[in-house]
Order: sequence, then structure tokens, then C-alpha cells
Amino acid sequence: MEQMTLSELKKKSIEIRKQVLKMIYTAKSGHTGGSLSSVDILVTLFYRIMNLERGEESDKFVLSKGHSVEGYYAILADIGYLSKDELERYCQFGSILIGHPTNKVKGIDINTGALGHGLSVGAGMALAGKRKGRNYRVFVLMGDGELAEGSVWEAAMFAANYKLDNLVAIIDRNRLQISGNTEEVMKLEPLRQKWEAFGWKVFEVDGHNYEELIEILTKIPVEKDKPHLIIANTIKGKGVSFIENKAQWHHKVPSDEEFTKAIEELDLQLQEVERLESK
Amino acid sequence: MSQNKACRVAFSEALLEEAKKDKDIIVVTTDARGSASVDNFARELPEQFVEVGIAEQNAVGVAAGLSICGFKPFVCGPACFLSARSFEQVKVDVAYSKTNVKIIGVSGGVSYGPLGGTHHALHDIAAFRAVPNMTVILPSDANLAKAIARTLVNHRGPVYVRMGRNPVPVVYSEEPHFEIGKANVLLEGDDIAIIACGEVVKNAFDAALLLKEKGIYAKVVDMHTLKPIDEELIIEIAKKYKVIFTVEEHNINGGLGDAVAGFLAKYSPKEVIKIALPDEDMITGSQFEIYDYYGLSAEKIANRVLSELERR
Repeated sequence: MEQMTLSELKKKSIEIRKQVLKMIYTAKSGHTGGSLSSVDILVTLFYRIMNLERGEESDKFVLSKGHSVEGYYAILADIGYLSKDELERYCQFGSILIGHPTNKVKGIDINTGALGHGLSVGAGMALAGKRKGRNYRVFVLMGDGELAEGSVWEAAMFAANYKLDNLVAIIDRNRLQISGNTEEVMKLEPLRQKWEAFGWKVFEVDGHNYEELIEILTKIPVEKDKPHLIIANTIKGKGVSFIENKAQWHHKVPSDEEFTKAIEELDLQLQEVERLESK
Repeated sequence: MSQNKACRVAFSEALLEEAKKDKDIIVVTTDARGSASVDNFARELPEQFVEVGIAEQNAVGVAAGLSICGFKPFVCGPACFLSARSFEQVKVDVAYSKTNVKIIGVSGGVSYGPLGGTHHALHDIAAFRAVPNMTVILPSDANLAKAIARTLVNHRGPVYVRMGRNPVPVVYSEEPHFEIGKANVLLEGDDIAIIACGEVVKNAFDAALLLKEKGIYAKVVDMHTLKPIDEELIIEIAKKYKVIFTVEEHNINGGLGDAVAGFLAKYSPKEVIKIALPDEDMITGSQFEIYDYYGLSAEKIANRVLSELERR
């Protein structure tokens, strides 16, 4: 697969955002805010960073914040792992596409949705890579609210203990969870220092900036024998002005009017990227 | 093997033998290498051994990850913790995801005796029976434990095995035939049927011998697989016997007795008399004192059968 340019990645992310909204709007169910905040991270991983076609050496991905499934399914459908027809049936009666990742879909190895599980599973995959001498990397995307789960820290301790430098955890740091601001619900800061104290190499990036995401994700591991963490600062609901930074959009479903307006906004963004491209 | 031997010791011996031939077999433990008798395994096959520390949730998640990448993980630790603390990881990362992970709960039931309720596992059959895709197995002695280990290394899918801690008398003089979901009939008899599971199978068998002296002939079944349960055999028993007794080291709710009674209720309502542990905190005592106190020793089982029959 030829590498996508920055402008192509941006266009792809807008298409995926539109698809996410369409899925949630059609199903009348889904997690709007967190799905939109993680789209750029997912697009970077799937279209630029991970190699998924190397058999046993293929990179691995775990969506620990399983509720942000819409973007994940939309990307898997776009890269041909899932039929577009099935995508249309998201959360409909009898569909394989439930509202959290299911390993009935190619490209999904583990069912997630209960928070605090993904990092352990990813650490197990990374350890398997070490023990079997395989040259893949494992990427785990977590939510920030999820970090209150104690099991995350069990896994953090484990990954450092086993020197899993083939493990990359990414936190979608949008600072909002269902009840409000993460720092008010359960204080996470100083987040960087916590992970460093657990033995991780930590980076902080703008989770919507492709240059930053690509740069760091390409060069990891930068420190041998250490698991790596990226705190990706994001905006919950990113891409739609009236959804951005509002906790109530955690799993709110857009109305007819809101849906039309959101798609219009995204179409304008698409036109803007195309305009800049043609310059 | 005819001496008393702990199931956990026999299981891990067989697992080690198999793991020497199959490099994908990997043991994950939670600072429980002594409890789970996997010390030798850790020493002999360090590359097939993962110490997670006292972190059951992580242990099960890590095992799921290992299985996705080609390993055959056996998570070995105390049943009380693996069936409770990490229940969600077993439910989601193992059963729901259908990963090839075996949860090996040792020192289950009331094995830890006087250590009390924190260390007893008397809910595990009920809990795991209600989780789709799980298989639930309880060996009755060390020989069966070995046979189970050898079968499981080549069986793909989620399984929970519960064993005890203490040396127990043999039920089988050698490694018996073992097939998941196919119960073993230990004794034939025409008067009553006793279906038992786990380490009280031997007590049920001995109770049958005591009953024989009184002229009552019991059929005794080792229902080693609680899920999928041997429905065919239960139907066969229900057709022949008026009264069925179940014997188990488990809370009276949700275990073998309920599995048998619940299944029979769908077909031919029969009287099933459940002999199990009451739904209350256990009295302080050793495993065997607890058995006796609550009616799970051979004598108490025999007496219970007699009094139930007298009532009729």
C-alpha cells in the first residue's frame, strides 16, 4: 500500500468522521464524543503506521476504549476487512456488529468494551512477540477515564517488568468522561509522572496533529527495554463544533437536524482540505 | 498410583510432561507457583512460564493476549481469586472472546479450611456455568486430574478447572478414560443414583459401599464435567431411578444439584435431593471437618440417603 500524504490522511479522517456519525444516527446508538476524538489516532495507525499484511509478523491493535467502536469498524470496512453492507447494519437486530468491538470481524483479535482490559491483553501479545521472536509492535488505545480501573496499573507494572518495548499504549486524553471532567470525577494528573514512575517512556502529542503522531509512532521504540506511552491530547467530539468538548455527547445520538448540520460542517472541512491541496 | 495425592500436583506433573513436547504450552501464575504446584514447571521451562505477581485480572488478560499470538496459556492460581477477582476478565477476555485460555483454579471449595470465606471457592461452578462458551471441569482424584491435563492441552477454547489443595484418596486406580462432557460411571446399582463431582466423589462412592451393607444398591456417577453436563446419562438415570442424589463441594445454589435438577425439570420432573454446602458462611475447620459438619462425608451422605428413603 502506498503511503498516504498528510492531506490524504486528513481527508480520510473527515470521511471516517462522517461515517461514524452516520452509523450512530442510523443505529440510534453509539458513543459520539469519544469516537470522534480518537479518529485521527486510528487513521494514523491504520493508514500510516501499522503493517497488517505480514502474517504472524503483523502489527497488533487493541481498542481498549471499546465504546469508540464506530471509527474502528468504519476503518476496517474501508480497508476491506468488513463489508460495507454489514457496516450499514451496525447495531441492528441480528448484525454481527455489536456496539463494542467483536472478534467476529477480521482485524479484531479480542472483544473489548469492559474498560481496563486492553492493556493486559496487549501486554500478553507483546510478551508473545518477545518469546516467539516475532518482530511486530502492539498498539493499545485507551481512554483517559478508563485509567481509574486498577487493572490498567497491574498491566502497566507488568509491561515494564517484562521490558515490553514492542508495546505502545496511547491515551486518548480528551479530559471528559460520562459524568464530566476527568480531573473532577477522579483526578488523573500528574499523568505523565505516574506512567514514568511505573517505568514507561512517555511522550505527549496533539492527538489531532498528523505530523506529530506520525513522527513519534514511527520512531518508537526510542528507549530499549521500556514500554512506550503516548498521551495524545484530544478534543472530545472533535470535528463538529456543537459536539466538541461537551460531556453530554458521550453517547448522545444526533437528531435529524443535528446530523444534517454535522455532515455539512464536515463537508466544508473536506472542501477546505481539497482547496489547499489544489493550491 | 494408589496413595493419596493432591489433584493440583498430579495436574501440574502431567502439564509439565506435555509442555516439554509442546512449546506453545505456557503457564501464567499469580505468585502462586507453590500453591498451584508449578515450581518445577518454572524451573524446568522458564521460557514457558510467566509470573504476573498478585494480579489476577492482569494474569487472565495477559493469557488472552498470549493465546491470540499462538500460545496455549494455563493460568494457575487459587480458585477463590481466579473465579472472583478476575471474573470479568474470564468472562470477557476468555469466554466471550473464545480465546484458548485454561483457568486452573487450585485449592478450590473449602480446601483452605480454617482460612475462611476469603479463601473458599464455593460459588465458582454456579458463576462459570452461567457464562457462555465456558467449559467447567472438576477432577475427583489425582489420576483423573492427569487425564484432564493431557486432554486440555489439545482442546481449543475456554475452560475452567477446579481442584482441591490436599492429598485425596484415589477414585481411579490409574489414569482413566476422560472425555469432556462424558461422565464416568463408577458403580452400578438398581435402587438409587448418586451423582457427584470433584473431591467428594470418593465420599459418595464410599457412602454407596456403606449403603450396600444395608441392602441398598446405588449407582455412582463421577460428573467431572459440569458444563457441558452429560445430559444423555442424566436422562438415562432419570428414566430408571425414582430418587436422584447429588453430592458436591459447592454452595447449595447453582452447582451440580441445580444443574441436574434444572435439566431434569425440562424433561421429566424427578425428585433430586441436593447434598451440598449451605448458603451461609462456613464454620471454621479443615476441609474434611467441614465436609463432615455439613454432611458431605461418606457416613453423613449414607445417613442422609437412608433418612430420605425412610421418609418415603
